Amino acid sequence: MILRRTLAVGLLAAFGAATLPFQARLAAEAKAANFRSTELNLGLRERIGQMGFLAALSGFRSPLAAFLWIEAHSAWEATEWGRMAGLFNTVTTLQPRSILYWDMAAWHMAWNASVAAMQDEKQPSEALRIRAQRQYFDLGRDFLERGIRNNPDRYQLYLQLGVLLRDKYEDFCGAAAAFLKASEFPDAPAYLPRFAGYMMAKCPGREREAYELLKSLYLQGEKHRLPTLVNVLHEMEKKLDIPAAQRVDSQDSGAPAPDEHP
Amino acid sequence: MKVFYFLLIFALLIIGNSAFVAKFSFQEQFQMLKDISLGAMSVFSSILAILATANFLPKDMEDRTIYTILAKPVPRISYLLGKLIGILLLLSLAILLMTGLFLAVLWFQEQGVLSETRAQLAGGSPEELAAALQEVAAATFNINLVPGIAIIFTKAALLAALTLFLSTFASSALFTILMAAAIYFIGHLQATAREYLMAGMDVDWWMRVLVGVVALVFPDLQAFNFVDDVIAGVAVPSVLFIETLALGGMYVAVYFLLAALVFSGREL
Repeated sequence: MILRRTLAVGLLAAFGAATLPFQARLAAEAKAANFRSTELNLGLRERIGQMGFLAALSGFRSPLAAFLWIEAHSAWEATEWGRMAGLFNTVTTLQPRSILYWDMAAWHMAWNASVAAMQDEKQPSEALRIRAQRQYFDLGRDFLERGIRNNPDRYQLYLQLGVLLRDKYEDFCGAAAAFLKASEFPDAPAYLPRFAGYMMAKCPGREREAYELLKSLYLQGEKHRLPTLVNVLHEMEKKLDIPAAQRVDSQDSGAPAPDEHP
Repeated sequence: MKVFYFLLIFALLIIGNSAFVAKFSFQEQFQMLKDISLGAMSVFSSILAILATANFLPKDMEDRTIYTILAKPVPRISYLLGKLIGILLLLSLAILLMTGLFLAVLWFQEQGVLSETRAQLAGGSPEELAAALQEVAAATFNINLVPGIAIIFTKAALLAALTLFLSTFASSALFTILMAAAIYFIGHLQATAREYLMAGMDVDWWMRVLVGVVALVFPDLQAFNFVDDVIAGVAVPSVLFIETLALGGMYVAVYFLLAALVFSGREL
Protein backbone atom coordinates (compact mmCIF):
# COMPACT_ATOMS: atom_id res chain seq x y z
CA MET A 1 0.00 0.00 0.00
CA ILE A 2 2.80 2.43 0.94
CA LEU A 3 4.62 1.49 -2.23
CA ARG A 4 1.52 2.24 -4.31
CA ARG A 5 1.02 5.61 -2.61
CA THR A 6 4.67 6.53 -3.18
CA LEU A 7 4.39 5.41 -6.78
CA ALA A 8 1.21 7.48 -7.18
CA VAL A 9 2.88 10.63 -5.84
CA GLY A 10 5.91 9.95 -8.07
CA LEU A 11 3.68 9.55 -11.11
CA LEU A 12 1.84 12.74 -10.16
CA ALA A 13 5.14 14.63 -10.01
CA ALA A 14 6.17 13.10 -13.36
CA PHE A 15 2.86 14.26 -14.87
CA GLY A 16 3.46 17.70 -13.37
CA ALA A 17 6.97 17.82 -14.86
CA ALA A 18 5.73 16.66 -18.27
CA THR A 19 2.97 19.26 -18.40
CA LEU A 20 5.03 22.11 -16.90
CA PRO A 21 5.90 23.69 -20.29
CA PHE A 22 2.26 23.32 -21.40
CA GLN A 23 1.03 24.96 -18.21
CA ALA A 24 3.56 27.78 -18.62
CA ARG A 25 2.47 28.30 -22.24
CA LEU A 26 -1.17 28.32 -21.18
CA ALA A 27 -0.43 30.96 -18.52
CA ALA A 28 1.41 33.07 -21.11
CA GLU A 29 -1.51 32.74 -23.55
CA ALA A 30 -3.94 33.72 -20.79
CA LYS A 31 -1.87 36.81 -19.96
CA ALA A 32 -1.66 37.72 -23.64
CA ALA A 33 -5.46 37.48 -23.81
CA ASN A 34 -5.65 39.85 -20.80
CA PHE A 35 -6.61 37.17 -18.30
CA ARG A 36 -5.00 36.88 -14.89
CA SER A 37 -3.90 40.53 -14.90
CA THR A 38 -4.69 41.18 -11.24
CA GLU A 39 -1.64 41.94 -9.14
CA LEU A 40 -2.12 40.18 -5.82
CA ASN A 41 0.60 41.87 -3.81
CA LEU A 42 1.23 43.03 -0.26
CA GLY A 43 -0.37 46.41 -0.94
CA LEU A 44 -3.66 44.72 -1.76
CA ARG A 45 -3.23 42.36 1.20
CA GLU A 46 -3.06 45.39 3.53
CA ARG A 47 -6.16 46.93 2.03
CA ILE A 48 -8.48 43.95 2.00
CA GLY A 49 -7.26 42.07 5.05
CA GLN A 50 -6.16 38.49 5.41
CA MET A 51 -9.53 36.87 4.70
CA GLY A 52 -10.16 39.06 1.70
CA PHE A 53 -6.70 38.34 0.35
CA LEU A 54 -7.25 34.62 0.84
CA ALA A 55 -10.56 34.90 -1.02
CA ALA A 56 -8.88 36.82 -3.84
CA LEU A 57 -6.12 34.22 -4.03
CA SER A 58 -8.68 31.43 -4.14
CA GLY A 59 -10.45 32.70 -7.20
CA PHE A 60 -13.21 34.76 -5.61
CA ARG A 61 -12.04 38.13 -6.84
CA SER A 62 -15.27 39.13 -8.54
CA PRO A 63 -17.65 38.55 -5.58
CA LEU A 64 -15.17 40.33 -3.33
CA ALA A 65 -15.02 43.26 -5.76
CA ALA A 66 -18.83 43.39 -5.85
CA PHE A 67 -19.01 43.39 -2.06
CA LEU A 68 -16.47 46.23 -1.80
CA TRP A 69 -18.32 48.14 -4.51
CA ILE A 70 -21.49 48.00 -2.41
CA GLU A 71 -19.42 49.26 0.54
CA ALA A 72 -18.13 52.11 -1.63
CA HIS A 73 -21.72 52.96 -2.52
CA SER A 74 -22.54 53.18 1.19
CA ALA A 75 -19.53 55.47 1.60
CA TRP A 76 -20.91 57.62 -1.21
CA GLU A 77 -24.27 57.90 0.53
CA ALA A 78 -22.40 59.05 3.63
CA THR A 79 -20.23 61.38 1.44
CA GLU A 80 -17.04 59.79 2.76
CA TRP A 81 -14.95 60.66 -0.28
CA GLY A 82 -11.60 59.52 1.08
CA ARG A 83 -12.95 56.10 2.03
CA MET A 84 -14.58 55.83 -1.35
CA ALA A 85 -11.32 56.52 -3.13
CA GLY A 86 -9.61 53.81 -1.08
CA LEU A 87 -12.34 51.28 -1.81
CA PHE A 88 -12.31 52.15 -5.50
CA ASN A 89 -8.58 51.54 -5.55
CA THR A 90 -9.11 48.10 -4.08
CA VAL A 91 -12.01 47.21 -6.37
CA THR A 92 -10.12 48.25 -9.48
CA THR A 93 -7.07 46.29 -8.32
CA LEU A 94 -9.24 43.21 -7.87
CA GLN A 95 -11.04 43.60 -11.20
CA PRO A 96 -8.68 45.62 -13.43
CA ARG A 97 -10.45 44.46 -16.59
CA SER A 98 -13.83 45.80 -15.55
CA ILE A 99 -14.40 49.05 -17.47
CA LEU A 100 -17.42 49.88 -15.33
CA TYR A 101 -15.41 50.06 -12.09
CA TRP A 102 -12.73 52.36 -13.52
CA ASP A 103 -15.31 54.55 -15.22
CA MET A 104 -17.56 54.89 -12.17
CA ALA A 105 -14.61 55.45 -9.82
CA ALA A 106 -13.35 58.26 -12.04
CA TRP A 107 -16.82 59.77 -12.34
CA HIS A 108 -17.38 59.75 -8.57
CA MET A 109 -14.03 61.43 -7.94
CA ALA A 110 -13.95 63.98 -10.76
CA TRP A 111 -17.63 64.91 -10.73
CA ASN A 112 -19.22 64.16 -7.37
CA ALA A 113 -16.31 64.48 -4.94
CA SER A 114 -14.91 67.55 -6.71
CA VAL A 115 -18.26 69.36 -6.53
CA ALA A 116 -18.63 68.40 -2.87
CA ALA A 117 -15.12 69.75 -2.20
CA MET A 118 -16.00 73.03 -3.89
CA GLN A 119 -19.19 73.35 -1.84
CA ASP A 120 -17.57 72.32 1.42
CA GLU A 121 -18.97 74.73 4.00
CA LYS A 122 -16.41 73.69 6.58
CA GLN A 123 -13.64 75.12 4.42
CA PRO A 124 -13.81 78.92 4.41
CA SER A 125 -10.81 79.39 2.13
CA GLU A 126 -11.81 79.37 -1.51
CA ALA A 127 -8.22 78.70 -2.54
CA LEU A 128 -8.18 75.52 -0.48
CA ARG A 129 -11.57 74.46 -1.84
CA ILE A 130 -10.30 74.93 -5.38
CA ARG A 131 -7.18 72.97 -4.51
CA ALA A 132 -9.29 70.11 -3.12
CA GLN A 133 -11.45 70.21 -6.22
CA ARG A 134 -8.37 69.94 -8.46
CA GLN A 135 -7.11 67.04 -6.40
CA TYR A 136 -10.35 65.16 -7.04
CA PHE A 137 -10.10 65.93 -10.75
CA ASP A 138 -6.61 64.45 -10.65
CA LEU A 139 -7.88 61.38 -8.81
CA GLY A 140 -10.53 60.86 -11.47
CA ARG A 141 -7.96 61.30 -14.21
CA ASP A 142 -5.63 58.87 -12.45
CA PHE A 143 -8.38 56.21 -12.37
CA LEU A 144 -8.99 56.65 -16.07
CA GLU A 145 -5.31 56.57 -16.99
CA ARG A 146 -4.69 53.46 -14.90
CA GLY A 147 -7.83 51.92 -16.36
CA ILE A 148 -6.51 52.59 -19.86
CA ARG A 149 -3.18 50.98 -18.99
CA ASN A 150 -5.10 47.88 -17.87
CA ASN A 151 -7.53 47.96 -20.81
CA PRO A 152 -5.65 49.35 -23.78
CA ASP A 153 -7.82 47.27 -26.12
CA ARG A 154 -11.12 49.03 -25.33
CA TYR A 155 -12.30 52.49 -26.33
CA GLN A 156 -14.60 53.38 -23.41
CA LEU A 157 -12.01 54.76 -21.00
CA TYR A 158 -10.32 56.84 -23.70
CA LEU A 159 -13.75 58.36 -24.36
CA GLN A 160 -14.26 59.11 -20.66
CA LEU A 161 -10.77 60.59 -20.41
CA GLY A 162 -11.63 62.87 -23.33
CA VAL A 163 -14.82 63.98 -21.58
CA LEU A 164 -12.93 64.62 -18.33
CA LEU A 165 -10.19 66.63 -20.04
CA ARG A 166 -12.79 68.63 -21.96
CA ASP A 167 -15.22 69.34 -19.13
CA LYS A 168 -13.02 69.54 -16.05
CA TYR A 169 -9.58 70.61 -17.28
CA GLU A 170 -10.60 72.43 -20.45
CA ASP A 171 -7.59 70.73 -22.00
CA PHE A 172 -8.95 70.58 -25.52
CA CYS A 173 -5.72 69.30 -27.06
CA GLY A 174 -5.63 66.39 -24.60
CA ALA A 175 -9.33 65.73 -25.11
CA ALA A 176 -8.83 65.69 -28.90
CA ALA A 177 -6.05 63.12 -28.56
CA ALA A 178 -8.19 60.94 -26.27
CA PHE A 179 -11.27 61.09 -28.54
CA LEU A 180 -9.13 60.42 -31.58
CA LYS A 181 -7.58 57.39 -29.91
CA ALA A 182 -11.04 56.12 -28.87
CA SER A 183 -12.32 56.58 -32.42
CA GLU A 184 -9.64 54.23 -33.78
CA PHE A 185 -11.29 51.17 -32.21
CA PRO A 186 -13.47 49.16 -34.58
CA ASP A 187 -16.42 49.07 -32.16
CA ALA A 188 -16.21 52.78 -31.27
CA PRO A 189 -19.36 54.89 -31.71
CA ALA A 190 -19.59 56.95 -34.89
CA TYR A 191 -19.69 60.27 -33.01
CA LEU A 192 -16.14 59.96 -31.68
CA PRO A 193 -14.32 61.36 -34.75
CA ARG A 194 -16.67 64.36 -34.59
CA PHE A 195 -15.83 64.86 -30.93
CA ALA A 196 -12.14 64.69 -31.78
CA GLY A 197 -12.68 67.28 -34.51
CA TYR A 198 -14.55 69.68 -32.21
CA MET A 199 -11.77 69.50 -29.63
CA MET A 200 -9.04 69.89 -32.24
CA ALA A 201 -10.82 73.01 -33.46
CA LYS A 202 -10.27 74.50 -30.00
CA CYS A 203 -6.66 73.30 -29.74
CA PRO A 204 -4.19 76.03 -30.76
CA GLY A 205 -2.15 74.98 -33.78
CA ARG A 206 -4.44 72.12 -34.81
CA GLU A 207 -7.17 74.17 -36.48
CA ARG A 208 -6.21 73.14 -40.01
CA GLU A 209 -6.14 69.47 -38.98
CA ALA A 210 -9.53 69.89 -37.30
CA TYR A 211 -10.97 71.46 -40.41
CA GLU A 212 -9.68 68.66 -42.65
CA LEU A 213 -11.07 66.03 -40.28
CA LEU A 214 -14.49 67.63 -39.91
CA LYS A 215 -14.72 68.30 -43.63
CA SER A 216 -13.89 64.68 -44.40
CA LEU A 217 -16.66 63.61 -42.01
CA TYR A 218 -19.05 66.07 -43.63
CA LEU A 219 -18.25 64.65 -47.05
CA GLN A 220 -19.00 61.13 -45.80
CA GLY A 221 -22.69 61.92 -45.92
CA GLU A 222 -25.78 62.80 -43.96
CA LYS A 223 -24.98 60.80 -40.83
CA HIS A 224 -22.23 63.26 -39.86
CA ARG A 225 -23.93 66.46 -41.06
CA LEU A 226 -25.17 67.50 -37.67
CA PRO A 227 -25.80 71.15 -36.85
CA THR A 228 -22.82 71.35 -34.49
CA LEU A 229 -20.46 69.97 -37.10
CA VAL A 230 -21.75 72.31 -39.80
CA ASN A 231 -21.49 75.30 -37.46
CA VAL A 232 -17.95 74.45 -36.43
CA LEU A 233 -17.00 73.94 -40.06
CA HIS A 234 -18.36 77.36 -40.96
CA GLU A 235 -16.47 78.95 -38.09
CA MET A 236 -13.28 77.20 -39.16
CA GLU A 237 -13.76 78.30 -42.77
CA LYS A 238 -13.92 81.90 -41.62
CA LYS A 239 -11.01 81.51 -39.25
CA LEU A 240 -8.79 79.74 -41.78
CA ASP A 241 -9.99 81.96 -44.61
CA ILE A 242 -11.01 79.06 -46.82
CA PRO A 243 -11.84 80.18 -50.38
CA ALA A 244 -15.59 80.27 -51.06
CA ALA A 245 -15.39 77.60 -53.75
CA GLN A 246 -13.92 75.12 -51.28
CA ARG A 247 -16.41 75.75 -48.48
CA VAL A 248 -19.10 73.28 -47.50
CA ASP A 249 -22.68 73.95 -48.45
CA SER A 250 -23.97 76.79 -46.25
CA GLN A 251 -27.52 75.46 -46.56
CA ASP A 252 -26.64 72.67 -44.11
CA SER A 253 -26.08 75.02 -41.18
CA GLY A 254 -28.40 74.94 -38.19
CA ALA A 255 -28.62 75.22 -34.46
CA PRO A 256 -26.07 73.31 -32.35
CA ALA A 257 -27.28 69.84 -31.46
CA PRO A 258 -27.82 69.55 -27.71
CA ASP A 259 -27.29 65.80 -27.72
CA GLU A 260 -23.71 65.97 -28.92
CA HIS A 261 -22.29 65.62 -25.42
CA PRO A 262 -22.36 62.24 -23.68
CA MET B 1 -30.06 16.29 -1.38
CA LYS B 2 -26.99 18.42 -0.65
CA VAL B 3 -27.28 19.83 -4.15
CA PHE B 4 -30.64 21.29 -3.30
CA TYR B 5 -29.31 22.98 -0.16
CA PHE B 6 -26.61 24.57 -2.29
CA LEU B 7 -29.18 25.60 -4.89
CA LEU B 8 -31.40 27.08 -2.23
CA ILE B 9 -28.54 29.18 -0.85
CA PHE B 10 -27.57 30.15 -4.40
CA ALA B 11 -31.14 31.19 -5.21
CA LEU B 12 -31.45 33.23 -2.02
CA LEU B 13 -28.10 34.84 -2.69
CA ILE B 14 -28.85 36.02 -6.22
CA ILE B 15 -32.46 36.97 -5.62
CA GLY B 16 -31.45 38.78 -2.42
CA ASN B 17 -28.64 40.47 -4.29
CA SER B 18 -31.03 41.62 -7.01
CA ALA B 19 -33.30 43.26 -4.46
CA PHE B 20 -30.38 44.83 -2.60
CA VAL B 21 -28.68 46.39 -5.62
CA ALA B 22 -31.87 47.92 -7.03
CA LYS B 23 -30.58 51.42 -6.16
CA PHE B 24 -27.55 51.06 -8.46
CA SER B 25 -27.37 51.92 -12.15
CA PHE B 26 -28.39 49.08 -14.46
CA GLN B 27 -24.78 48.49 -15.52
CA GLU B 28 -23.76 48.16 -11.86
CA GLN B 29 -26.73 45.88 -11.14
CA PHE B 30 -25.83 43.53 -13.99
CA GLN B 31 -22.14 43.62 -13.10
CA MET B 32 -22.85 42.74 -9.47
CA LEU B 33 -25.36 40.07 -10.36
CA LYS B 34 -22.75 38.43 -12.60
CA ASP B 35 -19.97 38.90 -10.02
CA ILE B 36 -21.95 37.34 -7.21
CA SER B 37 -23.75 34.64 -9.21
CA LEU B 38 -20.76 33.32 -11.11
CA GLY B 39 -18.53 33.66 -8.06
CA ALA B 40 -21.06 31.73 -6.00
CA MET B 41 -21.39 29.16 -8.77
CA SER B 42 -17.63 28.64 -8.71
CA VAL B 43 -17.53 28.39 -4.90
CA PHE B 44 -20.54 26.09 -4.59
CA SER B 45 -19.48 23.75 -7.37
CA SER B 46 -16.00 23.45 -5.83
CA ILE B 47 -17.39 22.82 -2.34
CA LEU B 48 -19.92 20.35 -3.69
CA ALA B 49 -17.24 18.50 -5.66
CA ILE B 50 -15.07 18.10 -2.54
CA LEU B 51 -17.80 17.35 0.01
CA ALA B 52 -19.79 14.92 -2.11
CA THR B 53 -16.75 13.00 -3.37
CA ALA B 54 -15.05 12.81 0.02
CA ASN B 55 -18.04 10.97 1.43
CA PHE B 56 -18.34 8.31 -1.28
CA LEU B 57 -15.83 5.71 -0.09
CA PRO B 58 -16.22 6.16 3.70
CA LYS B 59 -20.01 6.01 3.37
CA ASP B 60 -19.91 2.89 1.21
CA MET B 61 -17.59 1.29 3.73
CA GLU B 62 -19.72 2.32 6.68
CA ASP B 63 -22.88 1.02 4.99
CA ARG B 64 -20.93 -2.04 3.81
CA THR B 65 -22.27 -1.44 0.31
CA ILE B 66 -18.76 -1.57 -1.08
CA TYR B 67 -18.31 -5.19 0.08
CA THR B 68 -21.54 -6.25 -1.63
CA ILE B 69 -20.46 -4.60 -4.86
CA LEU B 70 -16.85 -5.76 -4.87
CA ALA B 71 -17.80 -9.31 -3.88
CA LYS B 72 -19.27 -9.58 -7.38
CA PRO B 73 -17.01 -9.64 -10.44
CA VAL B 74 -16.82 -5.85 -10.55
CA PRO B 75 -13.29 -4.53 -11.11
CA ARG B 76 -12.29 -1.87 -8.60
CA ILE B 77 -11.52 0.54 -11.42
CA SER B 78 -15.12 0.18 -12.67
CA TYR B 79 -16.41 0.88 -9.18
CA LEU B 80 -14.32 4.07 -9.01
CA LEU B 81 -15.29 5.05 -12.55
CA GLY B 82 -18.95 4.71 -11.59
CA LYS B 83 -18.36 6.99 -8.61
CA LEU B 84 -16.54 9.57 -10.76
CA ILE B 85 -19.21 9.56 -13.46
CA GLY B 86 -21.86 9.91 -10.76
CA ILE B 87 -20.23 12.97 -9.24
CA LEU B 88 -19.62 14.50 -12.67
CA LEU B 89 -23.31 14.10 -13.49
CA LEU B 90 -24.23 15.60 -10.15
CA LEU B 91 -21.94 18.57 -10.78
CA SER B 92 -23.34 19.02 -14.31
CA LEU B 93 -26.86 19.05 -12.94
CA ALA B 94 -25.98 21.50 -10.16
CA ILE B 95 -24.17 23.86 -12.54
CA LEU B 96 -26.96 23.64 -15.11
CA LEU B 97 -29.57 24.48 -12.49
CA MET B 98 -27.50 27.35 -11.10
CA THR B 99 -26.89 28.64 -14.64
CA GLY B 100 -30.60 28.42 -15.40
CA LEU B 101 -31.47 30.33 -12.26
CA PHE B 102 -28.80 32.95 -12.89
CA LEU B 103 -29.89 33.46 -16.50
CA ALA B 104 -33.54 33.68 -15.46
CA VAL B 105 -32.78 36.41 -12.88
CA LEU B 106 -30.56 38.22 -15.38
CA TRP B 107 -33.30 38.01 -18.01
CA PHE B 108 -35.97 39.35 -15.63
CA GLN B 109 -33.69 42.22 -14.65
CA GLU B 110 -32.93 42.95 -18.28
CA GLN B 111 -36.64 42.99 -19.16
CA GLY B 112 -37.29 45.39 -16.29
CA VAL B 113 -34.57 47.78 -17.44
CA LEU B 114 -35.66 47.49 -21.09
CA SER B 115 -39.26 48.42 -20.30
CA GLU B 116 -38.08 51.31 -18.11
CA THR B 117 -35.83 52.52 -20.94
CA ARG B 118 -38.68 52.26 -23.46
CA ALA B 119 -40.94 54.28 -21.17
CA GLN B 120 -38.26 56.93 -20.54
CA LEU B 121 -37.43 57.36 -24.22
CA ALA B 122 -40.98 57.07 -25.53
CA GLY B 123 -40.89 60.56 -27.06
CA GLY B 124 -37.36 60.26 -28.47
CA SER B 125 -36.12 59.22 -31.88
CA PRO B 126 -36.19 55.52 -32.84
CA GLU B 127 -32.38 55.58 -33.31
CA GLU B 128 -31.88 56.93 -29.79
CA LEU B 129 -34.18 54.28 -28.37
CA ALA B 130 -32.49 51.50 -30.35
CA ALA B 131 -29.05 52.65 -29.14
CA ALA B 132 -30.24 52.74 -25.52
CA LEU B 133 -31.80 49.29 -25.78
CA GLN B 134 -28.66 47.95 -27.37
CA GLU B 135 -26.61 49.37 -24.50
CA VAL B 136 -28.82 47.55 -22.00
CA ALA B 137 -28.60 44.30 -23.94
CA ALA B 138 -24.82 44.59 -24.22
CA ALA B 139 -24.52 44.96 -20.44
CA THR B 140 -26.45 41.73 -19.77
CA PHE B 141 -25.86 38.64 -21.89
CA ASN B 142 -22.45 37.91 -23.22
CA ILE B 143 -21.48 34.82 -25.16
CA ASN B 144 -18.24 34.62 -23.14
CA LEU B 145 -20.29 33.55 -20.14
CA VAL B 146 -20.63 30.11 -21.77
CA PRO B 147 -16.90 29.22 -21.77
CA GLY B 148 -16.64 30.83 -18.32
CA ILE B 149 -19.28 28.45 -16.95
CA ALA B 150 -17.76 25.48 -18.82
CA ILE B 151 -14.46 26.19 -17.09
CA ILE B 152 -16.23 26.35 -13.70
CA PHE B 153 -17.44 22.81 -14.42
CA THR B 154 -13.95 21.69 -15.49
CA LYS B 155 -12.46 23.00 -12.26
CA ALA B 156 -15.14 21.25 -10.21
CA ALA B 157 -14.53 18.01 -12.14
CA LEU B 158 -10.80 18.29 -11.44
CA LEU B 159 -11.48 18.81 -7.73
CA ALA B 160 -13.84 15.82 -7.71
CA ALA B 161 -11.21 13.55 -9.30
CA LEU B 162 -8.55 14.89 -6.93
CA THR B 163 -10.79 14.25 -3.92
CA LEU B 164 -11.54 10.75 -5.18
CA PHE B 165 -7.79 10.11 -5.39
CA LEU B 166 -7.26 11.42 -1.84
CA SER B 167 -10.13 9.35 -0.51
CA THR B 168 -8.54 6.12 -1.77
CA PHE B 169 -5.85 6.33 0.90
CA ALA B 170 -7.42 8.65 3.48
CA SER B 171 -8.56 7.20 6.77
CA SER B 172 -11.69 9.37 7.04
CA ALA B 173 -13.91 11.73 5.07
CA LEU B 174 -12.81 14.62 7.28
CA PHE B 175 -9.15 14.01 6.46
CA THR B 176 -10.00 13.91 2.74
CA ILE B 177 -11.94 17.17 2.97
CA LEU B 178 -9.15 18.93 4.84
CA MET B 179 -6.53 17.67 2.41
CA ALA B 180 -8.61 18.69 -0.60
CA ALA B 181 -9.26 22.14 0.89
CA ALA B 182 -5.54 22.61 1.54
CA ILE B 183 -4.71 21.55 -2.01
CA TYR B 184 -7.40 23.92 -3.26
CA PHE B 185 -5.62 26.89 -1.68
CA ILE B 186 -2.12 25.70 -2.60
CA GLY B 187 -3.32 25.00 -6.15
CA HIS B 188 -4.15 28.67 -6.56
CA LEU B 189 -0.52 29.50 -5.79
CA GLN B 190 0.94 26.78 -8.01
CA ALA B 191 1.38 29.21 -10.92
CA THR B 192 3.58 31.45 -8.75
CA ALA B 193 5.69 28.46 -7.66
CA ARG B 194 5.98 27.27 -11.27
CA GLU B 195 7.13 30.68 -12.49
CA TYR B 196 9.66 30.79 -9.67
CA LEU B 197 10.93 27.30 -10.54
CA MET B 198 11.12 27.90 -14.26
CA ALA B 199 12.88 31.26 -13.82
CA GLY B 200 15.74 29.29 -12.18
CA MET B 201 16.32 31.79 -9.39
CA ASP B 202 19.34 31.45 -7.18
CA VAL B 203 17.77 30.44 -3.85
CA ASP B 204 18.48 27.98 -1.04
CA TRP B 205 18.14 24.27 -1.92
CA TRP B 206 15.25 23.72 0.49
CA MET B 207 13.35 26.60 -1.06
CA ARG B 208 13.94 25.13 -4.52
CA VAL B 209 12.67 21.72 -3.30
CA LEU B 210 9.59 23.30 -1.75
CA VAL B 211 8.78 25.29 -4.86
CA GLY B 212 9.45 22.22 -7.01
CA VAL B 213 7.05 20.08 -4.99
CA VAL B 214 4.31 22.71 -5.22
CA ALA B 215 4.87 23.22 -8.95
CA LEU B 216 4.99 19.52 -9.84
CA VAL B 217 2.55 17.84 -7.48
CA PHE B 218 -0.26 20.39 -7.21
CA PRO B 219 -2.65 21.39 -9.99
CA ASP B 220 -2.65 24.95 -11.34
CA LEU B 221 -6.11 26.04 -10.25
CA GLN B 222 -5.55 29.66 -11.33
CA ALA B 223 -5.65 28.37 -14.90
CA PHE B 224 -9.35 27.65 -14.33
CA ASN B 225 -10.29 31.09 -13.00
CA PHE B 226 -11.64 32.50 -16.23
CA VAL B 227 -14.85 33.71 -14.82
CA ASP B 228 -13.53 36.80 -12.99
CA ASP B 229 -12.20 38.19 -16.26
CA VAL B 230 -15.14 36.96 -18.33
CA ILE B 231 -17.47 39.00 -16.11
CA ALA B 232 -15.31 42.03 -16.77
CA GLY B 233 -15.95 41.58 -20.49
CA VAL B 234 -12.74 39.87 -21.59
CA ALA B 235 -13.28 37.63 -24.62
CA VAL B 236 -12.09 34.03 -24.28
CA PRO B 237 -9.90 32.98 -27.24
CA SER B 238 -11.05 29.56 -28.48
CA VAL B 239 -7.51 28.10 -28.40
CA LEU B 240 -7.07 29.11 -24.77
CA PHE B 241 -10.49 27.71 -23.91
CA ILE B 242 -9.83 24.36 -25.60
CA GLU B 243 -6.35 24.06 -24.09
CA THR B 244 -7.70 24.80 -20.62
CA LEU B 245 -10.41 22.18 -21.08
CA ALA B 246 -7.70 19.76 -22.23
CA LEU B 247 -5.57 20.51 -19.15
CA GLY B 248 -8.60 19.93 -16.92
CA GLY B 249 -9.38 16.69 -18.74
CA MET B 250 -5.80 15.49 -18.33
CA TYR B 251 -5.87 16.22 -14.60
CA VAL B 252 -9.17 14.34 -14.22
CA ALA B 253 -7.78 11.33 -16.12
CA VAL B 254 -4.50 11.29 -14.18
CA TYR B 255 -6.15 11.65 -10.77
CA PHE B 256 -8.60 8.91 -11.67
CA LEU B 257 -5.87 6.51 -12.81
CA LEU B 258 -3.82 7.21 -9.69
CA ALA B 259 -6.93 6.65 -7.56
CA ALA B 260 -7.43 3.31 -9.32
CA LEU B 261 -3.77 2.42 -8.72
CA VAL B 262 -3.96 3.11 -4.98
CA PHE B 263 -7.45 1.65 -4.55
CA SER B 264 -6.52 -1.61 -6.30
CA GLY B 265 -4.04 -2.35 -3.49
CA ARG B 266 -6.15 -1.13 -0.61
CA GLU B 267 -7.23 -3.66 1.98
CA LEU B 268 -10.95 -3.37 2.60
